[in-house]
Amino acid sequence: MVCTAGGAIVYNPTLFCFRRATRFFMQQAPLLEVKDLACERGDHRLFSGLNFVLAAGELMQVQGPNGSGKTTLLRSLCGFVQPVQGTVHWNGQDIGEWDDDFHAEMCYLGHLNAIKDELSALENLQMSAGLAGYTVSDQQAVAALRRMGLQRREHLPVRVLSQGQRRRVALARLLIGDAHLWVLDEPLTALDVGAVGLMQELIGEHLSKGGMTIFTTHQPLQVAGVEIRQLVLT
Amino acid sequence: MIKLSLFGLLGLVVRRDLLLAMRRRTDVLTTLVFFVMVVSLFPLGVGPEPDMLRKMASGVVWVAALLASMLSLPRMFSADHADGTLEQMMLAPQSLSVLVLGKILAHWMLSGLPLALIAPVLGLQFDMSAQALWILVLALLLGTPVLSMIGAIGAALTLGLRGGGVLVSLLVLPLCIPVLIFGAGAVEAVNGGMSAVSNLALLGAFMLFALVFTPFVAAQALRISME
Amino acid sequence: MAINWFKYSAPSTFYGLAGKLIPFFAWPAAILFAIGLYIGFFVAPTDAVQSEAYRIIFIHVPASILSMFIYLIMAGYAALGLIFNTRLSSMMAQALAPTGALFAFISLWTGALWGKPMWGAWWVWDARLTSELILLFLYLGFIALQASIEDTRRADKAAALLAIVGSVNVPIIYFSVKWWNTLHQGATIKMTGTSMHVAMQQAMFIVLVACWLYVIAVALARVRSIILERERNTQWVNELKEVRS
Repeated sequence: MVCTAGGAIVYNPTLFCFRRATRFFMQQAPLLEVKDLACERGDHRLFSGLNFVLAAGELMQVQGPNGSGKTTLLRSLCGFVQPVQGTVHWNGQDIGEWDDDFHAEMCYLGHLNAIKDELSALENLQMSAGLAGYTVSDQQAVAALRRMGLQRREHLPVRVLSQGQRRRVALARLLIGDAHLWVLDEPLTALDVGAVGLMQELIGEHLSKGGMTIFTTHQPLQVAGVEIRQLVLT
Repeated sequence: MIKLSLFGLLGLVVRRDLLLAMRRRTDVLTTLVFFVMVVSLFPLGVGPEPDMLRKMASGVVWVAALLASMLSLPRMFSADHADGTLEQMMLAPQSLSVLVLGKILAHWMLSGLPLALIAPVLGLQFDMSAQALWILVLALLLGTPVLSMIGAIGAALTLGLRGGGVLVSLLVLPLCIPVLIFGAGAVEAVNGGMSAVSNLALLGAFMLFALVFTPFVAAQALRISME
Repeated sequence: MAINWFKYSAPSTFYGLAGKLIPFFAWPAAILFAIGLYIGFFVAPTDAVQSEAYRIIFIHVPASILSMFIYLIMAGYAALGLIFNTRLSSMMAQALAPTGALFAFISLWTGALWGKPMWGAWWVWDARLTSELILLFLYLGFIALQASIEDTRRADKAAALLAIVGSVNVPIIYFSVKWWNTLHQGATIKMTGTSMHVAMQQAMFIVLVACWLYVIAVALARVRSIILERERNTQWVNELKEVRS
């Protein structure tokens, strides 16, 4: 079975190749549908009756004041928070309480960087890839880190990097996956102007390859040639 | 072939945790030192008569092993929870039970296994016979994985809570009592001239039972705690 | 019948139902207690071996039986709440826990009071008493876990998982302790042989039923206050007579 390599990524042939082929044969563009979603935090209803559809190539920003449930919405898409009402559908299928197949096709970046201080940036990337089920060669990981502006720092323990650099290491994870859906919760925190521009570029590339992104941010984010759909939570 | 990748994932998680522990060695060593200290405190408390110490020995070593394991339990998930890696592990498309099993295995290799290996040296402090020491090590090797496994459920349930260490002990210690009874009982059987086979067999049964159920239950507990 | 149950599975309707039911359990419990204890303390004959002190078993045995029974019921309700996501089941589990712990505690104390005249020691490591002690720890763990977690849904589910794991362990713990006790030839608290006097059996049975009714009444009362606390932000609570006054 021939594995199509997307970009410069090598897949674990036993697991991911089969999945890739299935996706190819199913010929379905990725689609995220949210129907009548309602979430609570504590005993407090954050939002209800939320409906939207996110198709390939689309970019959606979730807006709202602090405490309006933006993070909870993104986490409920991942399955960490169970909604009190409503359903989330991926490619037409209800993801229910937990869906491993859905998780294989999405990448979540939360407030926390999800990197270990004791490991180097390179090791962190390789661990993330391994946990997601595929292997990534040293070259690919280094290339991803270089793209994120971390050349010559790949082998340093993350402990000695600055906050902004750590965020870049976390974002590098997006480059080595083949996720269709990016769920980004305030990805621009601690990033300098250059990194913000880089992030905008990366999102643009992702969208043009048929991916989709839903994000929240407190800093302005623009992607060239793409209209950002707004979802406002009150 | 898919199965191989599950084992590969298990190996990856174990290697990762061992690597992290090696780069932060103090945690592992403090558990060991605590174990040695607690065992050494008992003779200071009850007096150095060899007969009494010999009778107490297996119980003391086992209780100390229990307490040392409880001490190291919060570490199983808390560090990963604090920096967000636990979330990413849960989002991995593989079964969470396998990941949890990997973490339990790594935890045992860093706490239970060293305890079992040091125990003979401590047993000498209590003037235990060679045969008793041998059975003690065997019983600890069979029993400490169960402590790690039941402890994983407790650690997962109390994830992120304040006062975590004490609460985990309160929840997990009653559940570990059968292991304590049969583990200490194995050595006493040998001291009394009987065979320890039945005790060891029961410990083995506990271990297998826990091996089958605890990763799944701990994974459920993790999902509950992440809400 | 199906429609009736679902109607009462909402906290708002169950609140009213529970309130109405409490007297139906509380009064019979009190009356049966009085009768049972009267028979036990005054009518039943003096035991040949243990003289008057044995009469404490009329409280000890029902308390022990119920403490174990309540744990299973509590775990059952908690499991229902976990699997079907029903809030009321978790509230019932939370309501039962303190009563179960109380009965385990009473069982321990009455066991000690019984042991003292028998063996001259307040605590002998009898298999059943030791298992009761461990059961008390399990109850306390359940209550502590629920109290430590602020988010009510997470607290309910976590405690439910703990209760389920505990109930699987309880038989294992019981048999381990029993084995440990026989090995060390400890003293055992035994009933006075298999043939108990009829009056003793009657008394024990009546007190058992009385305790059971008491547990139901107390659980209903406690669940009412739990409902009030959890639903304090809803409209129907604020409209209640008790709350408005």
